[in-house]
Amino acid sequence: MNYQYVVQRLLLALVVVLGITFVVFMIMQIVPGDPARVILGPYASDESVAGLRDRLGLDRPFFEQYLTWLSKAARGDFGQSLLNGQEVAPQLHGRIGPSFELAIVSLVIGLVIAFPIGIISALKPGSAIDIIATVFSQIGVSIPSFWMGILLIIVFSLNLELLPPSGYTPIWEDAGDWLAHIVLPAFTAGFVSASIQTRFIRSAMLDVLNANYVQTARAKGLNERTVIMRHALRNALINIVTIIGLQITALFSGIVIVEVVFSWPGLGRLAFNAVEERDYPLLQGAVMVVAILVTLVNLFVDLLYFLLDPRIEYA
Amino acid sequence: MFGAFVLLIVVVMGLFGPAITPYDPNGMDFSDRFANPSFEHWMGTDDFGRDIFSRVVVGARVSLQVGFIAVTVATVVGAWLGLIAGYSTRLTDEVIMRAMDVLYAFPAILLAIAIMAALGKGIGNAMIAIGIVYIPIFARIARGAVLGIRNEEFIIAARAMGAGDIRILLTHILPNVLSPIIVEITLSLAFAILAEAALSFFGLGTQPPDPSWGRMLAEGRAFFRQSGWMGVFPGLAIFFTVMGFNFLGDGLRDALDPKLRR
Repeated sequence: MNYQYVVQRLLLALVVVLGITFVVFMIMQIVPGDPARVILGPYASDESVAGLRDRLGLDRPFFEQYLTWLSKAARGDFGQSLLNGQEVAPQLHGRIGPSFELAIVSLVIGLVIAFPIGIISALKPGSAIDIIATVFSQIGVSIPSFWMGILLIIVFSLNLELLPPSGYTPIWEDAGDWLAHIVLPAFTAGFVSASIQTRFIRSAMLDVLNANYVQTARAKGLNERTVIMRHALRNALINIVTIIGLQITALFSGIVIVEVVFSWPGLGRLAFNAVEERDYPLLQGAVMVVAILVTLVNLFVDLLYFLLDPRIEYA
Repeated sequence: MFGAFVLLIVVVMGLFGPAITPYDPNGMDFSDRFANPSFEHWMGTDDFGRDIFSRVVVGARVSLQVGFIAVTVATVVGAWLGLIAGYSTRLTDEVIMRAMDVLYAFPAILLAIAIMAALGKGIGNAMIAIGIVYIPIFARIARGAVLGIRNEEFIIAARAMGAGDIRILLTHILPNVLSPIIVEITLSLAFAILAEAALSFFGLGTQPPDPSWGRMLAEGRAFFRQSGWMGVFPGLAIFFTVMGFNFLGDGLRDALDPKLRR
């Protein structure tokens, strides 16, 4: 096995994580004017502005600020929230679970929709179902997820009164209630991701269906089901896993929006609240945790790709 | 053709918006709030009694403006970085592309929100934020295209004739990598319009009372118990515009690179 690929991929992930910390640190540095004044507002006294500047270390040299911030962040210390004075880290900790639950359920919903549609439309290109799949895919990539969320709330929560419009119940407290709350936000994020995945699954399947080994399998007299499941799909999976990996970042982008629309208590909503309140330490913590989570998931997918196809090399 | 037709309508709305609306888009009429669609008000009225149709028409300008400027920022910076990365030494390539990997690691909307939190609310900053978010996409596409042709004979010949790096990049490489960049510009316009709508929906982009489709959706969300219509038409406007750009992008890709047609 080519373990050089694994080592290089791990090193790349480390570089990206270090870069993420720099970008996140820069959020407060690019605030026009004095960040302390911006945070406290135009009516704050000079003493309180100076106090906050000192507390945030804004009057120290740039790299000293970054290294201090980085060494604290590496230990999970993102400072204190400017709004409520509480430590940022425990607030982030409570939000990771709900965001991850939403991401996983959305991904599963997306794949459950995308796989059958993608495969069937690849098997019958140009057919009615292929055209329907193309239209579905166009709708999915064009519809604003926040609008779709609002429409679903109007239909399923306000009119039909079937599902709650917002909120969250931990799964260990009441699984049924958790499910009722997650259906609409997960479907909203999953639908958009399904439409993109459908295209890629169709494309990957079309590639392998035209390959010689699939023709050979058919010529051997294998039934169509075996040809598709054992020969075509297994080979198409390598490309599909890569695409799912690339989609993870987009999925999390959708989830940030969906969390705000459905008041889902995840990292995206926390980041949004932090922006509203100009709570920079909280925003930095939330953005960094999401970016690192996305990087780790991408790393996992890349390593999975390596297991599926050991011929892969780092380019 | 569908994409081009939809976009033609949106561009006309964007260019001539205030001149073709039946009402002043910011004109309030408190005696006629939350009106349903009628002959008088084709898309109904909002919580201030403003004509939703007029606001949707004028809102097209904001979406197009933000979309075009943000994508221009992303294209100019991203494509230039990609050209340099693909053409220069391994070290420069590594530095540029790893920086792009870092930007790409952030979910697009989250990075845009974070940039706007630092720069402040407003449509100008929304353009910058969205532009920065899409830089890595253009850098990757341009770099990939350059790598494909950097060792072609016509490049080697140009170098042998004494052409400098800048000249080779601008007159020999750029024209040959334009196709994928043009396709990406069209597709990115769709995403940029969605991103602007999302930022305005969150209250970070266009500020009241100026109409923008995302902002109108946010207002519609606050009043959907009183009037479902407020949130329907701006959403449809975003949906069809984004779909128009997607169709146009797909069509251009098929026309410019038939190998990708499926």
